[in-house]
Amino acid sequence: MMSTIIALIVAAVTFGTVLMYGTLGEILTEKSGNLNLGVEGIMYMGGAFGLAGAFYYEKAAGAAASGPAAIIIAILAAFAAGMAASAIYSFLTITLRANQNVTGLALSIFGTGIGQFVGEFMRVSEGGYVALSNNLKEAFSATIFPKVFVNIPVIGNILFSHTVFFYLAIVVAVLMYLFLKKTKWGMYLTAVGESPSTSDAAGINIVKYKYLATIIGGGISAIGGMVYIMTTAGCVWNHEGLSGVGWLAVALVIFCMWRPLNAIWGSVLFGAMMIMYLRVAIPFIPTELYKILPYIVTVIVLVLTSMKNSRDKQPPASLGNNYFREER
Amino acid sequence: MENRCAIEMKGITKCFGQVVANDSIDLSINRGEILALLGENGSGKTTLMNMLSGIYQPDDGRILKDGEEIYIHSPREAYGFGIGMIHQHYKLIEVFTAAQNVILGLNDGRMDLKAANEKVRSICQRYGFEINPEEKVYDMSVSQKQTVEIVKVLYRGAEILILDEPTAVLTPQETKKLFAVLENMKKDGKAIVIITHKLNEVMEVSDKVAVLRKGKYIGTVNTAETSPQALTDMMVGRAVTLNIDRPKYDNPKKKLVIENLTCLDEEGVKKLDSVSFTAYTGEILGVAGISGSGQKELLEAIAGLYPIKEGSIRLVGNDGSEKEIVGLTPKKIRQTGIGMAFVPEDRLGMGLVGSMGMTGNMLLRSWKKGKGILVRKKEPSELAEKVLEELEVVTPDINFPVRRLSGGNVQKVLVGREIASEPEVLMTAYAVRGLDINTSYTIYNLLTEEKMRGAAVLYVGEDLDVLLELADRIVVLCGGQVAGTVDARTATKEEIGLMMTQFNTKEGE
Repeated sequence: MMSTIIALIVAAVTFGTVLMYGTLGEILTEKSGNLNLGVEGIMYMGGAFGLAGAFYYEKAAGAAASGPAAIIIAILAAFAAGMAASAIYSFLTITLRANQNVTGLALSIFGTGIGQFVGEFMRVSEGGYVALSNNLKEAFSATIFPKVFVNIPVIGNILFSHTVFFYLAIVVAVLMYLFLKKTKWGMYLTAVGESPSTSDAAGINIVKYKYLATIIGGGISAIGGMVYIMTTAGCVWNHEGLSGVGWLAVALVIFCMWRPLNAIWGSVLFGAMMIMYLRVAIPFIPTELYKILPYIVTVIVLVLTSMKNSRDKQPPASLGNNYFREER
Repeated sequence: MENRCAIEMKGITKCFGQVVANDSIDLSINRGEILALLGENGSGKTTLMNMLSGIYQPDDGRILKDGEEIYIHSPREAYGFGIGMIHQHYKLIEVFTAAQNVILGLNDGRMDLKAANEKVRSICQRYGFEINPEEKVYDMSVSQKQTVEIVKVLYRGAEILILDEPTAVLTPQETKKLFAVLENMKKDGKAIVIITHKLNEVMEVSDKVAVLRKGKYIGTVNTAETSPQALTDMMVGRAVTLNIDRPKYDNPKKKLVIENLTCLDEEGVKKLDSVSFTAYTGEILGVAGISGSGQKELLEAIAGLYPIKEGSIRLVGNDGSEKEIVGLTPKKIRQTGIGMAFVPEDRLGMGLVGSMGMTGNMLLRSWKKGKGILVRKKEPSELAEKVLEELEVVTPDINFPVRRLSGGNVQKVLVGREIASEPEVLMTAYAVRGLDINTSYTIYNLLTEEKMRGAAVLYVGEDLDVLLELADRIVVLCGGQVAGTVDARTATKEEIGLMMTQFNTKEGE
């Protein structure tokens, strides 16, 4: 029993890590007032380009390829892909003031397409099989803590057995929290998302904040896609498992009430709900029912927060609206 | 005298599409002086000042500061030139504290909230403001929000302050306080511009008055050398009589009976407390009270939009039969056959759909009459044309989004639509708020016409002078209770003012 629970938690964290990146990136984006519904596409692109980065690095370096270098290259490749995708989104919505929902949905479709294309292209051009060597695979899924820690009963597995990406995600979450709560720029970013006209009158460069938050947010989200491919999917292009993860991240942002620290436990909780059908399957209940659990929870959270009607727990006031200074 | 000139605007022109908002305007703003910028709604006052605060760029013309030409591309640059504007719609971040709002956008290195709190406190102390720098803005009252705005501008060391309709939402006491602060700042050598259309305030506080009319600059006069009548003439271009016609309607009958109406808000606070009164046909029943005394809840409760705890609201038909409408939805109330119309305070929120044109908004009242699945636009567009013509609505086209019309025109569209249905009960909330004199009188005359047609008109207003001249009787609300009902023909302003503030004396009697 104990081992089942530990296994469930570890698996929840593995999947939760993927969600955490997607969610954190989207929180940053939405804080600027941009509702980027393209997370799904961005994470696909992150997955495909992250794999490509690590794969071609190993191909070029051969036996000399080192694990840490591969990890860094995968992160950078995914991050760059996410930045490029959300740069398109930013240009369309911030500069050209296109409708955010439509642009986000378009980016979702575009990104999944690009991800699929790159993944398939690599597979075909490399003769039907793209995978890292076992050495590198090991580097991606290994923990950064020494065996001693992992071997501590119960908490060893729960706390210290995860991949480097999980701990990195927590660092990102904490940094984002500090940024939003403690720094001037974080306060300005919040102001931009709450009321761009106010921020504009206060002399804040709206366009800069919106662009930066959306593009960096997109980059962070994309890392999530890469983490999925390189850990859960075993360093092989797998588009099926990644499907729907981006939408889950969007729901998770609402669940976390736009707070990065909530994303840490929220992601693990959602991760647990998503893999429950594998671990604690009850016969005759279709897996699809398990998979809608996160969305049901999100709806419940929405209902509860709107019933409480606390102004601090609402979305950024101008979320989804484009800003044009001369519009009355 | 020559060196006192802080800002000079020369030949400023600004167009929005086909509408010329400002047409080569010259204006100078002096240090140590309060300049009132006076004009009707849509005359371009705010647009002109927005060009100083960097919100808009002029299409043509020059702005000089201390004799040197400057270009203001953004609000931040405006602050750099020492120009600070307090907008009519406060530009505050609701989820931030007062101090956070004050330091928003300042480029002074590290964010130091403690120091900011202290500095805000000291500014408050100096001018006698009462705000807590650590309070969140969404918990503040309107006048506190305005205070935050003013502190924000002072914190940035602005030497030229522009206030857009600063007194529109203030109580008389708060207005007095504000004017005292303005006087202090004037003595400090700051240049102050207040945008307004309240003549008594112009006369009270300003040194000079600049008048705009339909985007054109009419002239600047010294306040001491002019009179309200002369200013009105400059503003509207022709003399308007300041008297409101108040004919008497023969044979008034009961139309709306309210008894012991009590309403609670979401938090369980009593918004209305055993309110009772009767409105008659052929009567304008004024409702006076300090803002937030339950006026909004009262009208919404009658319209079936606000939950009622207890009490009775009855509409009286022409045959004398009474119909209870408590608990009915607006649709059911309409089905009683007694027409009711409601001109809400929040014109674009509750009254009209901002992105639709006049036709579309007319349709909102009549769509139920249509048969079949297709929209019939003929009648609403005829009605729109009629309203456009009769009320002199200024719009490029009847399908032009009403959101982009000026406040007065928006109100004309709304009132025009509501009275077109010939209601037996007409309720208006702050019908002339933010409107210029000319439009206000149009509205007064319309309401009087409705009254003479035999409607019972409920007029919630804030200007006591107008209430006393327009209404037949006045119900005074205070803290959700009826402090008393007076005859508007004989009551005095002082009498009503006292009732508005001291309802407790009633209980002591």
